[in-house]
Amino acid sequence: MRKEFREKINTALQNPNLTGALGRFSEAYRVSREKAYEGIDFEGVRSQIADRKSHAASHLDELADRFTEMAEARGAKVFRTNDPAKVREYILNLAQQNGVRTIVKSKSMASEEIHLNPFLEKAGIEVRETDLGEWIIQLAGQTPSHMVMPAIHMTKEEVADVFSDKVEQGQAPDIPKLVKFARGKLRTKFLSAEMGITGANIAVAETGSLVIITNEGNARLVTTLPKIHVAIVGIEKLMSDFADVVPVLTALPRSATAQLLTSYVSIISGPVPNTDGTPKQLHIILMDNRRTEMSLDPKFKEALQCIRCASCLNVCPVFRLVGGHVFGKVYTGGIGTILTAWFDALKASDEIQSLCIQCGNCTQVCPGKVPIPDLILELRRRLAVEKGQPLAQKAIFSVVNNRKLFHSMLRTASLAQKPLKKDGFIRHLPFFLSEMTEFRSLPAIAEVPLRDRLKEIKQEPQEEKAAFYSGCLIDFAYPEMGEAVVEILNKAGIEVVFPEGQTCCGAPARFSGAYEVAAQNATDNINALLEQDVAYVVSACPTCTVALKQDFISTFESLGRTDSIPRARELAAKVVDFSTLVKKLVDEGRLTFKQGQQLGKVTYHDSCHLKRTLHVSQQPRELLTKAGHEISEMYEADMCCGMGGSYSLKLPEISAPILERKLKNIKDTGAPLVVMDCPGCVMQIRGGMDKSGAEIKVEHTAQRLAKDLD
Amino acid sequence: MSTIFETFKQRAEAVSAEVHRFPHKSAAVDFVVQYLQSAGVADSAQSYAVWADCPFLAGVDKDKLRERVPGLSFEVTREGAAASKVGISQLDWAMASTGSLIQDAAPVERRLVSTLPPIHIAIVETNRLLPDMPAVFSRIRPEQTNYISFITGPSRTADIERVLTIGVHGPEKLIIVFVDEMAAVN
Repeated sequence: MRKEFREKINTALQNPNLTGALGRFSEAYRVSREKAYEGIDFEGVRSQIADRKSHAASHLDELADRFTEMAEARGAKVFRTNDPAKVREYILNLAQQNGVRTIVKSKSMASEEIHLNPFLEKAGIEVRETDLGEWIIQLAGQTPSHMVMPAIHMTKEEVADVFSDKVEQGQAPDIPKLVKFARGKLRTKFLSAEMGITGANIAVAETGSLVIITNEGNARLVTTLPKIHVAIVGIEKLMSDFADVVPVLTALPRSATAQLLTSYVSIISGPVPNTDGTPKQLHIILMDNRRTEMSLDPKFKEALQCIRCASCLNVCPVFRLVGGHVFGKVYTGGIGTILTAWFDALKASDEIQSLCIQCGNCTQVCPGKVPIPDLILELRRRLAVEKGQPLAQKAIFSVVNNRKLFHSMLRTASLAQKPLKKDGFIRHLPFFLSEMTEFRSLPAIAEVPLRDRLKEIKQEPQEEKAAFYSGCLIDFAYPEMGEAVVEILNKAGIEVVFPEGQTCCGAPARFSGAYEVAAQNATDNINALLEQDVAYVVSACPTCTVALKQDFISTFESLGRTDSIPRARELAAKVVDFSTLVKKLVDEGRLTFKQGQQLGKVTYHDSCHLKRTLHVSQQPRELLTKAGHEISEMYEADMCCGMGGSYSLKLPEISAPILERKLKNIKDTGAPLVVMDCPGCVMQIRGGMDKSGAEIKVEHTAQRLAKDLD
Repeated sequence: MSTIFETFKQRAEAVSAEVHRFPHKSAAVDFVVQYLQSAGVADSAQSYAVWADCPFLAGVDKDKLRERVPGLSFEVTREGAAASKVGISQLDWAMASTGSLIQDAAPVERRLVSTLPPIHIAIVETNRLLPDMPAVFSRIRPEQTNYISFITGPSRTADIERVLTIGVHGPEKLIIVFVDEMAAVN
């Protein structure tokens, strides 16, 4: 990661206007979005959108032909090109041929994508953005910090200063007055401009229609007053049928701004008369710019299902801290990273892709069902292939995969820290490792790893066996969690075996784009875990569970190793996470809780992979309640804690404030105990609590329940 | 009709529109006239009112209206609309689920009166009220008109500090007038 990128991140993190505005917005958004969707079957609507957009992405060429035919039959002129330079030239030629001096624009991300404004301005044409936010940042000479709210990073005082400096002296920081001022100034531009440029939210092939959605009413003026209307449309906006508009129009305003519908929707299907009675010139530019290429890529085709609502930005724990400017490009956030990799270049996404913490929040709200975290991982994988794996990373993975060596190295490092070790925590680490402990204490490495400790536990031989998959953290740092799992399963009459050949689940390699390493991990684990005939393969780490249950298969798929997939599926069928298995055993009456316990308040933290990938959130809560705990829900219980595996090592400056928020939300419940299912979250949150000096206990569900079960 | 009307009213008011309903055209005409008078419409620039031709006006004595409201014009031009305080037009459909109005807006005067003046009075027949978007989309015909407009409340922005501000480039007031019985009563 370059120094400049780190600096950009730090500048953003230290901008209280930005983080304050984005933070407040993300909190308000969650509530208002939910309200806007009341009475709407969101899953149904988004399935429809994903289905219709996916259909369109598979038929782009055909739909573009159909659209062209229909729109031209109605009198529009349609220009189709893959090349952004040709789009710019077309518009400039058109402007010059018609003596255009002033252009008014309503919002168009496609025009930003091809840097149209500076190109036209260089040719001496005045180009005015008319969306208020876009106008503000145009005057300020900035780029949008958010796709839907481009100037969210600016205060009213800053806006007043920009207006005073660039338009007319003496503007006061009074929002209604600033809006009125903009109305007046831009009104004269609307009335005098010879050309209007818009984007489009949907282009309907069946009817040759453009659907344009705005709140301010600027698109209606842009398409009404100037005699020439140019619409720049990315071809991913094409949809087959007029009926396809309904689900998009249902979701887009709700997801973008939590409105039932925007103030204005215009459906333009051909030239309309000008105010002097002449017919308007309507030019529609269907811009490809690698979208067809994307549609032919089996993975990235799904990104064309995006309807540009920006809800993925609004729920992102990282975006709300750093905002859009860190991305340095037109499209920001998770989806922006993916679009940048295509519309710009794969290399251009190299740094920004590392911002994704893989929490999966965006997948819950995306109306186009775009698997954003998966696609970012795929970018990572392709970047790793293109660049080759960094040497240091290679060395780390080779150690991680040698379990004995890895443990002894960690143990040695941990012992070297002995003078600094207190209550089982390492508070400081020397040299390059020091930033690991800057904002949280790290657990000390266990003297004897779980794999060796388990041999000491006396278990009754049982018919029914479960294989325990520990994962690195439980094996080396938290063996007591594994022992708790064994204790509980033994109570239910299940014998636990520990296949010695198990190794790292491969998530760290996969999250770094090192898929070959991840595939080797998968193969080793499959061989180890399928060696013995067991009823279950249980893990107390959600990330490992997801690896075993899903990622092994998809890693093989990504690498085209289809012959390895059947065994991966065989394993996946046996894999179960700890809470789901225990809930089942309790329901079957094979496990019972101690009678009449009143254990007081507890709060539960949802780990990302457990809640959003495995869809497990009620099971641990029900178990805790049955045991006699009283659950006091924290604010944003399912928001990432900032751990994200090695993320907290690569971007500690982002991980720390995410953790800070989590700690505050836990403390605010007043519960003396917080429980979670993931050892990684335990490491992050326990370390954070320790560092902040709070007296709140942090426990894994297994350890907690081991005390509560009879 | 009355529950769906209530839904419409509640949704439209939630986005800062005003909703009125009259049994007959004559009552609606009286309301509009009184509204224009109280809004200070007059025969001077920035105080005009422009009324786009529409079925509602059939059988209405325009001369009499002009007498009652000086500054009211039925000839809609770009300059006239830009110098008007109020624009009046009839819309084709109303959609209860979102409190929206829908119009074939291909004739330019229909757009001029609903974009340029700060106040837009929108007339709609009560029996043109539909429950939701699928019902509306089964009736609008993009193959028959080049410009269809959906209008939901007045123009708005939250681009500065996310503070909702009504009235940016379009009207700052939207007055919706439902008329149950459109037959001319003169």
